[in-house]
Amino acid sequence: MKTQIPVSHIAKLANIPITSDEEQKLQAAFEETLAVVEELQAVDVTDVQPTFQVTGLENVTREDTIDETRMFTQEQALANARATADGYFVVPQIISQD
Amino acid sequence: MLNTLTLTEVLGKLKRKEISHAELFADLQKSYAQNEKLNVFLTMNDKLAEDSEAAATKALMGVPLAIKDNFCTTGLRTTASSTVLDTFIPQYDSTVTRRLKEAGAAIQGKTNMDAWAHGSSTETSQYGRTLNPRNPEHLPGGSSGGSAAAVAADMAIAAIGSETAGSIRQPSAWCGTVGLKPTYGRVSRYGVVSMASSTDSPGPITKTVEDAALLLNHIAGHDPYDGTSSTNPVDDYTQALGQSIEGLKIGVIYMDIPGLAEVKSLFEPQLKVFEELGAHVEYAQAMDPNHAIGVYTVVQRSEVSSNLARYDGVRYGNDRSHFGDEAKRRIMLGTYTLSKGYADKYYLLAQKVRTLFLQDFARLFQKYDILVSLTSPGFAKKIGASESSAMFGELEDMLVEPSSITGLPGINVPCYHDPKTNLYLGMNIMAPMWHESEMISVADAFEKHTSWNSWRNAEKQ
Repeated sequence: MKTQIPVSHIAKLANIPITSDEEQKLQAAFEETLAVVEELQAVDVTDVQPTFQVTGLENVTREDTIDETRMFTQEQALANARATADGYFVVPQIISQD
Repeated sequence: MLNTLTLTEVLGKLKRKEISHAELFADLQKSYAQNEKLNVFLTMNDKLAEDSEAAATKALMGVPLAIKDNFCTTGLRTTASSTVLDTFIPQYDSTVTRRLKEAGAAIQGKTNMDAWAHGSSTETSQYGRTLNPRNPEHLPGGSSGGSAAAVAADMAIAAIGSETAGSIRQPSAWCGTVGLKPTYGRVSRYGVVSMASSTDSPGPITKTVEDAALLLNHIAGHDPYDGTSSTNPVDDYTQALGQSIEGLKIGVIYMDIPGLAEVKSLFEPQLKVFEELGAHVEYAQAMDPNHAIGVYTVVQRSEVSSNLARYDGVRYGNDRSHFGDEAKRRIMLGTYTLSKGYADKYYLLAQKVRTLFLQDFARLFQKYDILVSLTSPGFAKKIGASESSAMFGELEDMLVEPSSITGLPGINVPCYHDPKTNLYLGMNIMAPMWHESEMISVADAFEKHTSWNSWRNAEKQ
């Protein structure tokens, strides 16, 4: 069973830039991977609940207070940014100018 | 050569003033000549001597440890072996490295890995593959391949790795080292570059079981910064060393899967030592590990697509065009398996089969105290092997994936050495959740009563 995977659409959703050459290679890789995954269809999961985590922890919360021991200074927060201006991060424009 | 000593031996000799830190560093420094060929370390800590001196009076006495490059280390470049993070200098420490520093360890350097921990070979590293020190025509395994190779090459006294499904145990098997993957939630994930958040588990890669128990003591325990870390009490794992395993019930699993022929006949005779030590050993039928490949593949890709969405090059790092082929494959496949119309078919189904694995292990642990299997279905593969298949890692990790998706602890110990190739086979010893101590007792007993551990056999100065 061959699954046609919309590679360029997924690339757009995942915000991953790909070339048309890569698109073909990815198509083949996804088919190979999904063929292995498809084998799960043979397992009977009637009345089986899914497991999303294994430790059974529930509603883990903390006090809504500021932990000053791990607060960044502005300088630390900006230390790894490629582009900063006046103590701010420079982000890509997402709203058109007109 | 002091770099060939185990962590326990180094601590003992420093304490008794038989050796100095300067002598230890000088021998480690000489071992770094191998790095050009093996490509084990990506970044060294220039301030090692200073850091070590400042910590010399604490429990770990300033002894240097090699750290996988996905643990954030304050002021020391952390790339996860991806050029997306090529220039990333963390402004804070992971809980694991913070605790190790507080216990007196010094960070020696950051080790190569599969990029983002995606793989089982180190061949997906964007800084080049690491070679297996035992035989450089072969791969070290991965994703913690650099950490395992650092230990195997005696370029480190001990190392820290992380495992999502096999990434501590499999490279340990291939490099002939000890690798301990704790119960999920036993060791904090805070400050570790996330891969699959529901299975990521940091742990030690060491020369002996004793060293692994010692390091686990320092990193295990609840962390308020990781909501998934457990508040269950932590044992003193060194108390598990030297214990009798008489009367323990050990189940042997995964011996009937196809393709094991070559290594099965080498592995099976090793089980006799457990009987000689008074344990009861029998073969047990477990759920087909092939299904764990499907479960892990879907769960891991899905969680990766979510975790790696944050890398946009704004607050740190480069933009998304820097992702390598393997990361692209995993992010995109995960995006697909979580997308509308496919989430039920893939993601939900995988999580249901995961439940079946949990039930199967619960059944097995009613009958057995400990389960053992091969860690990897074979010896270390040749360099280039991972390029043959998009599923390379999953096939190599098949025997450890069931215990990973169910959060169980496991430890790899060397259990065979091939004198022709100088390569090792590894035994995977698994316990119920939170039962690391029993697992350590069995691993320690095996190590001490067999000849496969290269450091226990070595002539020491």
